[in-house]
Amino acid sequence: MSLDSKVPQGPIKDKWTDYKNHIDLVNPANKRNIDVIVVGTGLAGGSAAATLAELGYNVKAFCFQDSPRRAHSIAAQGGINAAKNYQGDGDSTYRLFYDTVKGGDYRSREANVYRLAEVSANIIDQCVAQGVPFAREYGGLLDNRSFGGVLVSRTFYAAGQTGQQLLLGAYSAMNRQIGRGKIKMYNRHEMLDVVKVDGKARGIITRNLITGEIERHSAHAVVLGTGGYGNVFFLSTNAMGSNVTAAWKAHKRGAYFANPCYTQIHPTCIPVSGDHQSKLTLMSESLRNDGRIWVPKHMKDVEAIKAGTLKPKDLAEEDRDYYLERRYPAFGNLVPRDVASRAAKERCDAGFGVNATGEAVFLDFASAIQRYGKETAHVKGLNENDAALVKKLGQEVIKNKYGNLFQMYEKIVDQDPYNTPMMIYPAVHYTMGGVWVDYNLMTTVPGLYCIGEANFSDHGANRLGASALMQGLADGYFVLPYTIGDYLSDDIRTGPIATDTKEFEEAEKEVKEKLNFFVTNEGKHSVDYFHKKLGKIMWNKVGMSRNVKGLTEAIAEIKELRAQFWKEVKVPGTNEEYNEELAKAGRVADFLELGELFAKDALNREESCGGHFREDSVELDGEQKGEALRNDKDFAYVAAWEYKGEPSDAVLHKEQLEFKDIELKQRSYK
Amino acid sequence: MNMNLTLKIWRQKNASDKGSMVDYKVSDISPDMSFLEMLDVLNEQLINNNEEPVAFDHDCREGICGMCSLYINGEAHGPDRGVTTCQLHMRMFKDGDTITIEPFRATAFPVVKDLIVDRSSFDRIQHAGGFISVNTSGNTIDANAIPVNKHDADTAFEAATCIGCGACVASCKNSSAMLFVGAKVSQFALLPQGQVEATDRVLNMVKQMDEEGFGNCTNTGACEVECPKGISLENIARMNREYLAASLKG
Repeated sequence: MSLDSKVPQGPIKDKWTDYKNHIDLVNPANKRNIDVIVVGTGLAGGSAAATLAELGYNVKAFCFQDSPRRAHSIAAQGGINAAKNYQGDGDSTYRLFYDTVKGGDYRSREANVYRLAEVSANIIDQCVAQGVPFAREYGGLLDNRSFGGVLVSRTFYAAGQTGQQLLLGAYSAMNRQIGRGKIKMYNRHEMLDVVKVDGKARGIITRNLITGEIERHSAHAVVLGTGGYGNVFFLSTNAMGSNVTAAWKAHKRGAYFANPCYTQIHPTCIPVSGDHQSKLTLMSESLRNDGRIWVPKHMKDVEAIKAGTLKPKDLAEEDRDYYLERRYPAFGNLVPRDVASRAAKERCDAGFGVNATGEAVFLDFASAIQRYGKETAHVKGLNENDAALVKKLGQEVIKNKYGNLFQMYEKIVDQDPYNTPMMIYPAVHYTMGGVWVDYNLMTTVPGLYCIGEANFSDHGANRLGASALMQGLADGYFVLPYTIGDYLSDDIRTGPIATDTKEFEEAEKEVKEKLNFFVTNEGKHSVDYFHKKLGKIMWNKVGMSRNVKGLTEAIAEIKELRAQFWKEVKVPGTNEEYNEELAKAGRVADFLELGELFAKDALNREESCGGHFREDSVELDGEQKGEALRNDKDFAYVAAWEYKGEPSDAVLHKEQLEFKDIELKQRSYK
Repeated sequence: MNMNLTLKIWRQKNASDKGSMVDYKVSDISPDMSFLEMLDVLNEQLINNNEEPVAFDHDCREGICGMCSLYINGEAHGPDRGVTTCQLHMRMFKDGDTITIEPFRATAFPVVKDLIVDRSSFDRIQHAGGFISVNTSGNTIDANAIPVNKHDADTAFEAATCIGCGACVASCKNSSAMLFVGAKVSQFALLPQGQVEATDRVLNMVKQMDEEGFGNCTNTGACEVECPKGISLENIARMNREYLAASLKG
């Protein structure tokens, strides 16, 4: 099968409008006869379910949590981008498009990104109309902040809880439709397979996580909004339940999986404290607006800080290395995430890490506190030279902006970040790769759609801050509802899809066999035992910095671990009850396959781009010496993998990326 | 210093089982662990001993999804303030402590298994009116067309930070959900967008709350104390005002 991205013809700024003007529509009476399944209720799935139901389709929505409101979009902190240009600082649809393509290191599909930038402004209007309480200025208008990798302030936010507020907005839109009976909500249900009939996605098999019951659900189309696969690393900022299973089952049923190696390692997370660690916590990138990142210049100071004989705040300015400001004077602490993460790793690998594990750098708010304190004192007509007063006033400003993050930090680390710099280190946060989709957000399986983080489309090899929320809501509210209508217009005479067919029966049988295997396999190790081992391989050999040797070893090690898993995994309890270990076993089984494909993809991509850094592809001299080196001649393509059994047998299909509206350049933030 | 602890945990096979407290020992618990990581240690131990692990709800483990619950030593989300159970750290406990762990208890929160309860009653209250009826077409007015007073916007935001965990209900001697419902009613009552449907919203949400079997509010304030997000009692007062006004109109 050849890959057709189905990007409409015409100038980029007219593509989406022309497309919408020419697609087939389904009339309101016929929509009542069409069923759509939406799996996942985060920003993408939740907004899609609400909108499709509002249009008149019968929606069945599924989530594994106890309520759609728990989806992990809720944990997004910093904000959501939109090209509103409320600040008058030169922002525009084109500039948001340009920044996103550049930030993604020229590995995304231009037409998709332009559309995303185009609908971004509508998202803010929509959310405000729904009652999302964004931060406002004293004049009552919306406030903005700036984020990494861009030179304008276009990020809308609600303190450090923007994801929560946007998700609750989508949840409220869903609730309205659930109340009207247009969405049937299935909480605590996990999707375990996609069912294809005559080549089209026509349903799913789910497990009721409370009773263990295996259910068949049919529809005319299936939409996956099931999030990213960062938990393949075991430790990540994802929720404990975040998994790749729905996307992976789709892959096994014929959906190509694109660019699995594109993973975002977020620079500002709370460092690992020990082997007991179950997950990592992000400190929003918005903190880099006000926090300065540094390590000591001299090794003796590193040692003194580690030994506790020197307090970081007492180290003199001239003995500190603000390495981002030093290396990237134009963007300073606001370089994109991939650049900031690698720079932290570089310092820590050189021995300048400031905590016991040697894997932490400082994020310091002392100068911001001073600056804000003086400003506030000035505005209020108070003494700007009163150090204690200035500090107090400055701390209040910081508290208003980031209070919840500071509290979170203090609870976890047991240190007060108002008085001592935070310690941070990169952690796995987001996956740009995912299920391949065309311009319509349809996968290579007809009738199977994939939206939000679960697909691969908009962020290329690196996602800019505050763009995930934008993409999730754009896909769900404003893109999918149009594109799916074009497909469903062929289904107005199809009638309900039966579930008592051999296709459903076979899929259900396979699911049941696997579950039975787990509960009867008398192995010797828990599911977590394998998950942690997989995570270690991924982090050490397929993490922030990759090379041929490490990747080759990782592929072999994951394969071996997978074989061991199927022999020795131990799952207590039965299938016919609430059984979290059983649910985890299925998810880790899929991670063990994905992990290998991930490493294979990283091995194939012999260039450094965005979050994918290959040690054998760096600039050798000049101003950019040591920086990542892209290879546009050979690798300006999307790597879409077709399932053929073992991950090692996966077949590569290339979607060549064309850049007509943006010139391919070396990304420079210097 | 690492700790050895005795845990008294509610075990209940399923909704129809009677359930009872069971004692467990865990050792070498680091003060840097979160409470749920301590339970992970226990579960790993149980699995290795061929016993059934303790079921508990959790997901984001950073205090925002609202999935984790637990009634620890007689307090929802345990002894610390302003945190959920997943953010509660073991440094709050001492070596040799005995810790009692129960599910959130309320008629409207039936136990599913062990420490997991069914909070879908909260969802149903939201279905009854926790929204603004605006279509998701994106064809609304410009977001800056209606300025909102910063104080009102901030207060609405504070109300909207409720994570729907149910600690308020579990802490209340009447199992009242007034803080939860009051927070949502307040969020919309404070914003111009919420005015159009204000009357129906408060009447419908309160009606559903009563039907779900939540108790009445007798102003003890326990909910506010235990709320991990610091949702203020003022939200209950505001809901009462809204309700009274709506009833007079209605």
